Amino acid sequence: MFKKFTKEDIHSRSNIKSSVQRGLKSNLIQEYPGLEAVVDVIIPKKSQLVLHKCEDKIALYSIDDNVVIYQQQDEVLPFLKIVHKYPSCFQTVQVDRGAIKFVLSGANIMCPGLTSKGAKLPQENLPKGTIVIINAEGKENALAIGKLVMSTDEIKSINKGIGIELIHYLGDGLWNLSLD
Amino acid sequence: MSEVGIESGQVEILAPKEVIYCGVCSFPPEYCEFGGSFKKCKEWLQKNNLELFEKLYSDEALAHATSSLSIEKEEKISADLQKKQKKEEAKQEREMAKVLSSKVLIKRIERTKRKHVIAVSGLEVFNVDMKKLAKTFASKFATGASVTKNAEKKEEIIIQGDVGDAVEKYLTGLLQEKGLTDIKVEQIDEKMKKKKAEPVKPE
Repeated sequence: MFKKFTKEDIHSRSNIKSSVQRGLKSNLIQEYPGLEAVVDVIIPKKSQLVLHKCEDKIALYSIDDNVVIYQQQDEVLPFLKIVHKYPSCFQTVQVDRGAIKFVLSGANIMCPGLTSKGAKLPQENLPKGTIVIINAEGKENALAIGKLVMSTDEIKSINKGIGIELIHYLGDGLWNLSLD
Repeated sequence: MSEVGIESGQVEILAPKEVIYCGVCSFPPEYCEFGGSFKKCKEWLQKNNLELFEKLYSDEALAHATSSLSIEKEEKISADLQKKQKKEEAKQEREMAKVLSSKVLIKRIERTKRKHVIAVSGLEVFNVDMKKLAKTFASKFATGASVTKNAEKKEEIIIQGDVGDAVEKYLTGLLQEKGLTDIKVEQIDEKMKKKKAEPVKPE
């Protein structure tokens, strides 16, 4: 989604209303219950979120020129730096070492990369459509964020084709974007 | 992007985990090896955060790094990476050469008899937002300044008023600040083409 994202894709920027900001926060908590404890740290109550409307109906929300969250259609997604700060608040999967370089060039994640020896999937079943943080074998920090296109049980049983649709990764257009 | 902090384990859920980002490629250092500028990243880390450097690149750590992949696969990956890094380095060199060979052109264009505008092109090397730069020009010289596209479809800044010398001085100062002393700033005069004088008809 952000593979080729540049400053030119941003069409307008405006401050958002505090009521909208509140709504956004509750949305965020709904999608990531783990964030409830820290949402006020990520988006302080008094802060002013700035909305950047972009190409393809993508919306970025930033505080002090730092992107915090972004949105396409109704899904609210966190920026990777936020993920790095609070990794335990999200659902995490792990890919094997062989997959890293493909992920870092923006490829969707194939099932074998999630089921091999170096990879890890959570014990419990995650339904299709869940937003997951993608970690890598032998690494501490997340390298991407994606959306499950099949449930984790299916990934394990089918083990073929695309398992996670990649949304945002280290080194993509959004990561390299500077807003000032 | 050089947020330097100390890696701390997650004691509380509330405490954010401090992540160090590489000053060269902006990734967390552990991913530098997959970027194009691994060598530079390594040097940077050694200079800025020896502790983490030791953790990632000491012989012990490298020997310890276990991978589930077969040796052949691992070799293939590293070979691919090296190739990519070489490519990236060459690319950066080329870009650097291009930047160094470019020059900033200050054009003085005559508008009416004694009025001029200044057109500054070749400002891409500064890597700043043209609109912002135009704004700084405008407030610095107390005139109007705007960004337009010139004949070669490149952006240039038009400044109203005859401020060519001041702009040159400011830009050379700015270049020096950035350490780009090799880039030349050149001033040229562009006169409006004079209309061909109509032959005076003898009465």
